[in-house]
Amino acid sequence: MPRVLGIDIPGFKRVEYALRYIHGIGPTSAREVLAKAGIDPAKKANDLVDEEITKLAQILQEEYRIEGDLRREVAQNIRRIMSIGSYRGLRHRRGLPVRGQRTSTNARTRKGPRRTVGAVRGKEARSLAKQASK
Amino acid sequence: MSRSLKKGPYVEEKLLKKVERMNLSGQKRVIKTWSRRSMIAPEFVGHTFAIHNGKNFISVFITENMVGHRLGEFSPTRQFRRHGAATDKTVSLK
Repeated sequence: MPRVLGIDIPGFKRVEYALRYIHGIGPTSAREVLAKAGIDPAKKANDLVDEEITKLAQILQEEYRIEGDLRREVAQNIRRIMSIGSYRGLRHRRGLPVRGQRTSTNARTRKGPRRTVGAVRGKEARSLAKQASK
Repeated sequence: MSRSLKKGPYVEEKLLKKVERMNLSGQKRVIKTWSRRSMIAPEFVGHTFAIHNGKNFISVFITENMVGHRLGEFSPTRQFRRHGAATDKTVSLK
């Protein structure tokens, strides 16, 4: 298994597919990188020579934001909209969908597993429920 | 679909004029506005806006980070009152 940039170890696949295992590299940028490096996209990742790997690593590092850097940037952007108190930030804080999707049903990706909340009846039961939630 | 760059950012003209007049005279006053759709222009930084949310005016102090967002993003229009909780309405029904 070849290693590109230390951590990323794509497998027995054609390079154009193997590169997509890197966070931040999709179909388009994978093909771009290969064109720039002059490598046949159909070549198996295992068959890459060391020079080709270093070339790929160099291009990826210089021209693309990938892996940790990309994750950090995304997290920073989210932190920014949360800190300025915008509606989108609020939705991130609550863990609800941010782009205006419905939440009456679905939205399970953001909301996580279902938690059923029934109506709490009576004063005593309510105060108990309040304490339990604290 | 996003707005065409050719048109430039949308800011209610009256609002922008008002802010510019205030910047010239150097005074700071809360600006009451209904124009939630206006983009926050760089001139707005440092002013406080009272932005209508359909019912009340929410006062928002504009910082540099907010430029490029719209005024309405900072004035939520919905309020969530938890499920199953006793509200004045449910209590008075009994």
